[in-house]
Amino acid sequence: MQVPAPFEYQRAGSVDEAIALLARSGGDARLVAGGHSLLPMMKLRLARPETLVDINGLSDLEYVKVDGDEIAIGAMTRHVGVLESAVLAEHYRIFAEAERVIADPLVRNRGTVGGSLCQADPSEDLSAVFAALKGRAVIRSASGTRSVDLRAFHLGPYETVVGDAEIVVEVRVPIRPHTGSAYEKVERRAGDWSVAAAGAFVQLRGDTIDDVGIGMTAVGAAHFTCEEAEDSLRGGPVSPEAIDEAARICGQRCNPSADQRGPVDYKRHLVSVLVARALTRSVARARGEAA
Amino acid sequence: MRVTLTVNGAETTADVEPRLLLVHYLRDVLGLTGTHWGCDTSNCGACTVWLDGVPIKSCTTLAAMADGHEVRTVEGLASEDGLDPVQQGFVEEHGLQCGFCTPGMMMTARALLDRIPDPDEATIREAISGNLCRCTGYENIVRAIRWAARHEAERTSEEAAV
Repeated sequence: MQVPAPFEYQRAGSVDEAIALLARSGGDARLVAGGHSLLPMMKLRLARPETLVDINGLSDLEYVKVDGDEIAIGAMTRHVGVLESAVLAEHYRIFAEAERVIADPLVRNRGTVGGSLCQADPSEDLSAVFAALKGRAVIRSASGTRSVDLRAFHLGPYETVVGDAEIVVEVRVPIRPHTGSAYEKVERRAGDWSVAAAGAFVQLRGDTIDDVGIGMTAVGAAHFTCEEAEDSLRGGPVSPEAIDEAARICGQRCNPSADQRGPVDYKRHLVSVLVARALTRSVARARGEAA
Repeated sequence: MRVTLTVNGAETTADVEPRLLLVHYLRDVLGLTGTHWGCDTSNCGACTVWLDGVPIKSCTTLAAMADGHEVRTVEGLASEDGLDPVQQGFVEEHGLQCGFCTPGMMMTARALLDRIPDPDEATIREAISGNLCRCTGYENIVRAIRWAARHEAERTSEEAAV
């Protein structure tokens, strides 16, 4: 039987209260939202907080909405909320495509956007999505609010810039006209972590790539992206050759580990295939074609 | 800590450790052993119950997190009128062999049919993808859920005719 080590349980009724409870615990407390990353870690003693601060009551952080020229996603939005969001379906199909292959429907009923990002698992899918879209996290502390580019959010596996007495309250993504996006993931079986996964957006101006973002997960890509590949595409004409070259760069520059999901050379090859597919479908969608 | 949960419509209360998982609260504190305790890692779905109307895995939820909330287990499926159509479907279509996954399967299926009364096979398979069965190959489970959907549609049209 797997049970967590003993801890003190607190409930936060507001963001301010959550921050105060975290501050009082001096680094020994963790926030629990859906709990589908943290509780398994606690069962295995890979995490052992002395205090759990339950923020499931913060339903005011559960939303997806257009806010100015950005989409704002509340940190307590459940995966199912992202999957079924009409706003995200309209602007970025990458979200639903990624969510459909995150864990399973029961886990998606519970797990949250903020929790997924803060867990900072190196194989987590939304990290690749937000890296591709160049989103930013809004982080609150007692002294105020700051905003961090998602590409600078992760310090490494299971490590983020979020401080001991801080809470991610929102993630924001710019709305881009004439844009398509897509996500491609290969997993061994339904609900598993990726062998490799890649997401992209492409913004077109005529037949020129105005802007592009590429995200990857599970393959050791620095900051879940590859700027060199993006730079190779940006400002140039759309062509299968340009996409293949960018995909090749991604496969070359990522840093996968050999494990039970496959050897390194296979994963590099897979990254190139998935990046090319994600870019190709993004272009088609940006043109308004079915893809 | 003291927790109070509404389980299948009845208020329950107990002194528990904060680390007590919801599945163990249901089975060991309340004696509701219909909810099965399987993999302990939120993979298998045998422990699926509803929390505030939403199916979740109770091995990965603390009883403390459910404090003040409503839980529905497989014991809460049948009504005074008899078995829920989902339960009857599992009987009619032989939707189980060993029965270990069945309570979780049925809780997921009931939630699916409440949202989508007439799901196609792909929708059913997607909905139960978080509930693992090692006996049936899923064929009869899908048929059982389809049976429930058909049966409910017929009953609804009969009621409308009356």
